[in-house]
Amino acid sequence: MKVDQVLDAKGLACPMPIVKTKKAMNNLEAGQILEVQTTDKGAKSDLTAWTKSTGHTMLDSKEEDSVYTFYIQKG
Amino acid sequence: MTEQKKRTTIVLFSGDYDKAMAAYIIANGAAAYDHEVTIFHTFWGLNALRKDEPLEIKKGFLEKMFAKMMPRGADKMGLSNMNFAGMGPKMIKHVMKKHNAMTLPQLIEMAQEQDVKLVACTMTMDLLGLQQEELLEDIDYAGVAAYLADAEDGNVNLFI
Repeated sequence: MKVDQVLDAKGLACPMPIVKTKKAMNNLEAGQILEVQTTDKGAKSDLTAWTKSTGHTMLDSKEEDSVYTFYIQKG
Repeated sequence: MTEQKKRTTIVLFSGDYDKAMAAYIIANGAAAYDHEVTIFHTFWGLNALRKDEPLEIKKGFLEKMFAKMMPRGADKMGLSNMNFAGMGPKMIKHVMKKHNAMTLPQLIEMAQEQDVKLVACTMTMDLLGLQQEELLEDIDYAGVAAYLADAEDGNVNLFI
């Protein structure tokens, strides 16, 4: 997967992962892919709901050593 | 864009640090959801908008008393629970730092950055003797009608 931008939101607490993701998304073009890394346990539900509501697509996500990584394509 | 943005409106009535934090976290989240967000501050919630420095302002006796007794700014607000005469906020701020959570003043700044509309209720400002010079810059002043105008097409509407 070709990632256009990586956002490191590790260590940040609610609501910052979503706020930062939104900001990063603003700078991307439709179709580009953002990788978001976070350690917030609520992030999986949060980012999944957020991408759905805002018209983006969650392509993939994974968890490794309590770091959650998400790949979101801008809609 | 032809599509109308969704709208979130929050009435912040409480002057408690924890409740204001909840209000501002939801406001910031909603702004990230691309909603148009309004926080209408009334009664004790107005204290979240106070500047923390003391200002020389001509006031009557009762207004001066109110000004002294109410928290001067978001950072000085107490907790709704386990306040312990001011020890509670110190403890929770310590824990928040450990968990990298944002403080209330930071959340307010972030909300302004995200164009959340902060509104001060002018009627309760008069009651509590608060003047515009004492409140943060770049906020709006309005009453119930302006709030309802925002809230009537609101998708999320909270009273905190």
